[in-house]
Amino acid sequence: MLAGELITTDQQGRSGSEVDIQQAYSVLEDVMDPEVPVVSVMDLGIVRDVSWSDGHLYVVVTPTYSGCPATEYIETAIRDALKEAGFSHPKVSQRLAPAWTTDWITKQGRNRLKVYGIAPPVGSSSKRSLLSGITQVECPNCGSEDTEQLSEFGSTACKSLYRCKSCLEPFDYFKCI
Amino acid sequence: MTKYDELTEFLLRLGDSALIQAQRLCEWTGRAPALEEEMGMMNVGLDLVGQARNWYEYAAERINDGTDADTLAFRRDERAFRNLLLVEQPNGDFAVTMTKQFFYDAWQFHLLTMLKGADDERITAIAAKSLKEVTYHLRRSSQWVERLGDGTEESHQRMEKAVDVVWRFTFELVEKNDAELALSVSGSIPSLTELPEKWLATVNEVFAKATLTVPDAPSTFYLSARTGMHTEHLGMLLAEMQFLQRAYPDASW
Repeated sequence: MLAGELITTDQQGRSGSEVDIQQAYSVLEDVMDPEVPVVSVMDLGIVRDVSWSDGHLYVVVTPTYSGCPATEYIETAIRDALKEAGFSHPKVSQRLAPAWTTDWITKQGRNRLKVYGIAPPVGSSSKRSLLSGITQVECPNCGSEDTEQLSEFGSTACKSLYRCKSCLEPFDYFKCI
Repeated sequence: MTKYDELTEFLLRLGDSALIQAQRLCEWTGRAPALEEEMGMMNVGLDLVGQARNWYEYAAERINDGTDADTLAFRRDERAFRNLLLVEQPNGDFAVTMTKQFFYDAWQFHLLTMLKGADDERITAIAAKSLKEVTYHLRRSSQWVERLGDGTEESHQRMEKAVDVVWRFTFELVEKNDAELALSVSGSIPSLTELPEKWLATVNEVFAKATLTVPDAPSTFYLSARTGMHTEHLGMLLAEMQFLQRAYPDASW
């Protein structure tokens, strides 16, 4: 029997099991960020909780930035993907605290960002003062550390703009927050 | 004029200030001095719109009469807005824009740092989230103030002029307020009594590096965001910002 078929019967109130939660997580591994389509919502660490109650799957998501226009899109994408996988009426809700931090981006997520040409966040947000930091960012293209910041902000709120002084390519840096 | 309870008024003060500052930043779209700066200003604006929405959603829940964040942003008149007079001032040149931004960022930074320790969990959550973003905003605007103030003769002069233009509106950033005192006594928010000196310390520090002179303490005047008595600029700003929702209520696409 397909896991999806099993899960749709939960409209009748059967309570879910660990298998369904695992299945939900693997669905979420394939829900990509609309701005950076190589990283999934799991890679970004924005999925805070997946649980089961009253015959519904509940997914708790935390927004990356207060004004990130992708937040609603991502919530819809999560809901759609879960429905397609056979979960009936999955509920997606938002949680503000604790605030999202780039420390939650997985190792796989960091690698994927780098391969995509975006330098992953350097260091840990909790271990340094954001106000004082001059960050040495490695060029995702050639690996040189001889880079300079062009602008505190890049093409989206989560990135700033850098330039590599070795290979001369400009690149986005995923800010550490 | 509806006057809400003190905490709701306080939330509106935070939300309205963020929204109006964001709207002013958006006016730079397509005409900023450099592409990177335009993106920077739009990103800061976007963060602030998101923060405004978070404060509004909480305020709307407290008002509890069917009002939502959109209603608060687009269906209230000038006199109902509680934003700082500072943020409604016209953008002027890039020096005026950055000076306003810096004064506002420094105020937000210290205020949010204090609110992070609030007993009210909702306030703590929004403040902690916003503070991460505002830390970046302040870093950027401080750098610009230093760079322009300690730049060329022309940029220095323009910064001095900019400070002269907006300084008088900073009285609202340093005033001690009875309503906020009451809120801190009731435990909703922490005491904000140190906010004025912290704000001034940041201004002193950055201005020293920028070779700019900090003017004498600004004096209070009859206008005040707390009573909805704004300068003439807010009405015009709202006319543009609220046009669509006023002309086509509940429009969706």
